Amino acid sequence: MSKTGVIDGPAALASDEVASRSLRQIVWARLRRDRLAMVCLIILIFLYLIAIFAPLICDLLGVDPYSFDKESISDSGGGPVGAWGGISTEHPLGVEWGTGRDIFAQLLYGLRISLLIATTATILTVFFGTVLGIVSGYARGKTDAVIGRIMDLILAFPFLLIILALSGVLTQRLTDLGVPDGNPSRIMYLIIVLSIFGWPYLARIVRGQVLSVREREFVEASIAMGASRYRILFKEILPNLWAPILVYATLTLPTYIGTEAALSFLGIGVLPPDTSFGGMLGNSVSYFSVVPSYLFIPGTVLVVLVVTFNLVGDAVRDALDPRAGRV
Amino acid sequence: MSQSVEPAAGVPALRVSDLRTYFPVRSKGLFPKTIGQVKAVDGVSFEVYPGETLGLVGESGCGKSTTGRSVLRLIEPTSGRIEFDGVDVTGLSSKEMVPVRRKAAMIFQDPYNALNPRHTVGAIISAPFAVQGVKPPGGVKAAVQELMERVGLNPEHYNRYPAEFSGGQRQRIGIARAVALRPKFIVCDEPVSALDVSIQAQVINLLRDLQDEFGIAYLFVAHDLAVVRQISNRVAVMYLGQVMELATREDLYARPLHPYTHALLSAIPVPDPRAQKQREHIMLSGDLPSPAAPPTGCVFHTRCFQAQEICASEKPALVEPTTGHHVACHFPILEFLGTKEILGPDPGLTPRAGGSLAGAAAGSNDLIREIGTDYGVGPDTPIDPGPSIWR
Repeated sequence: MSKTGVIDGPAALASDEVASRSLRQIVWARLRRDRLAMVCLIILIFLYLIAIFAPLICDLLGVDPYSFDKESISDSGGGPVGAWGGISTEHPLGVEWGTGRDIFAQLLYGLRISLLIATTATILTVFFGTVLGIVSGYARGKTDAVIGRIMDLILAFPFLLIILALSGVLTQRLTDLGVPDGNPSRIMYLIIVLSIFGWPYLARIVRGQVLSVREREFVEASIAMGASRYRILFKEILPNLWAPILVYATLTLPTYIGTEAALSFLGIGVLPPDTSFGGMLGNSVSYFSVVPSYLFIPGTVLVVLVVTFNLVGDAVRDALDPRAGRV
Repeated sequence: MSQSVEPAAGVPALRVSDLRTYFPVRSKGLFPKTIGQVKAVDGVSFEVYPGETLGLVGESGCGKSTTGRSVLRLIEPTSGRIEFDGVDVTGLSSKEMVPVRRKAAMIFQDPYNALNPRHTVGAIISAPFAVQGVKPPGGVKAAVQELMERVGLNPEHYNRYPAEFSGGQRQRIGIARAVALRPKFIVCDEPVSALDVSIQAQVINLLRDLQDEFGIAYLFVAHDLAVVRQISNRVAVMYLGQVMELATREDLYARPLHPYTHALLSAIPVPDPRAQKQREHIMLSGDLPSPAAPPTGCVFHTRCFQAQEICASEKPALVEPTTGHHVACHFPILEFLGTKEILGPDPGLTPRAGGSLAGAAAGSNDLIREIGTDYGVGPDTPIDPGPSIWR
């Protein structure tokens, strides 16, 4: 196997089969061997699928999040009839206090909106944070100073107050721009503010990494062969940053679900009758001592979401690392 | 050895005239001001002809690596003129440089840093093709695998990552990348100093074979005089950003003129401990002066055992006392020039006459270690001129 010219090294072990695979295949093969990661990935895909197909699933089960069910709540006080928030064959996860709306359907629709907001905001955050961080770290000088001061400005702003203060104006502005009134423009507003206030954290991490990576000789080697700045930034440097970016993204997405929950609780989330995780968790606070399942049902899903995201992120990072154990 | 290429024929692959690279020294604080300059490279001129190797030696901080990088404009030179294969590249913008860069390449010192750890070997070696938009006949992959074979790597390792290779193999990857587009010249920045001694010889042989095959010129930056002796046709000795002496390899090692070159050569360790004890070391007094405030006159006069008054006031020009042998010194050590017989196939440093060096080298002629052949694979003796001689 080893040719005469080859001196030494661990390279002599592997077969031709390994040698002819592309990077994506290698990463996928490594990921598949990580059983825990695969389980988490399947759970994640499952959660996204039930969020996407929420209307279909609700139709199949004969529940929907909007219709009231006076039968399932008591006439006095409006509490759900039956144990655990009124769990029955009709309402698999119980019903809402006072209205009798189905919790399971609300959970699916809430998951849908929460994932929509958190996923889109994470993608935007990662995009802007990465691009601006790389540019800032590589260009240094004036560009770096300008981007750096903008980041300082955003980080110094009292995030929550600004979001609350701007919500009315900006939501109206979005409506004027043609976004449908009500929840669509509210969701868009949330996505925009989460991304705007989120990217500087990632940009700082990325910038710091770029400052160290740019000094390595392979960057100089690229310049010496005449590579364009785009190629140096995004083909040479960026692949060395995936680890912190992925970790940050997998930490950010669940955080955004939490932030969205907090904002909904403060009244700038989606409006009823639509709901999100935040809305459900917010509602649960009043009834926690009587019906703890209101908190535990969305809470459990949230925990599962966060944990699986983190584990998958770790596994992808490990799989991307060429220094990690060979397949 | 195919080391007798005669220069002075045709267009030089690389011509450098009066190259200066100064780094500004800025004051600390909110509004930094330029308060001085570090003259890393201060008026260096040389040519490298096709198929020739010019060695560039000197101690740490003398500006030899900066020269190598300034030539490729990886560091922007302050002034001077650089020609690649007859094309003046000094004033070109970084966009205009791109097509010219095909004529040049670089091999780096640290094979662990010079290859992107996230790229496969195939991607690394094919990068020059992609960047320059070159489509080799038969496809890029075939060309890359041919290159891998040529530099002694298994072409089946196309999709491996640099982390899976040893230092010597990685340097081969770097060399394959450098020769991919058949450049006119390659700047080799200490290409073997990070490698084991036995691997050094292999890599040097590879570089030499590639030179014979493709007629590439090398600007070979190194601090190891034994390595430079192995590969160079001509050698330039640098001190504090300036060329002190530039001569053919035979002349420089057998008949050095500059006191600094004498000091450097006397620092090469001899593998025979008895001979090592008996021979004379020229101990340079003092420390290397700061390149931010170089001495007046001859930059070497503060440490020179030959120095006289004029050395402190007047800077010696680079003159050519014998054909092809340039030296910048008011008092070159000329006494034995052309008078001593050179013995043996590998003469090393000839014993010197002359006051300051009387009684030199009583023990052995074999002062210069042939790496990889005689002693290289033996116990790991230090290759660098040790720090002791600088005190």
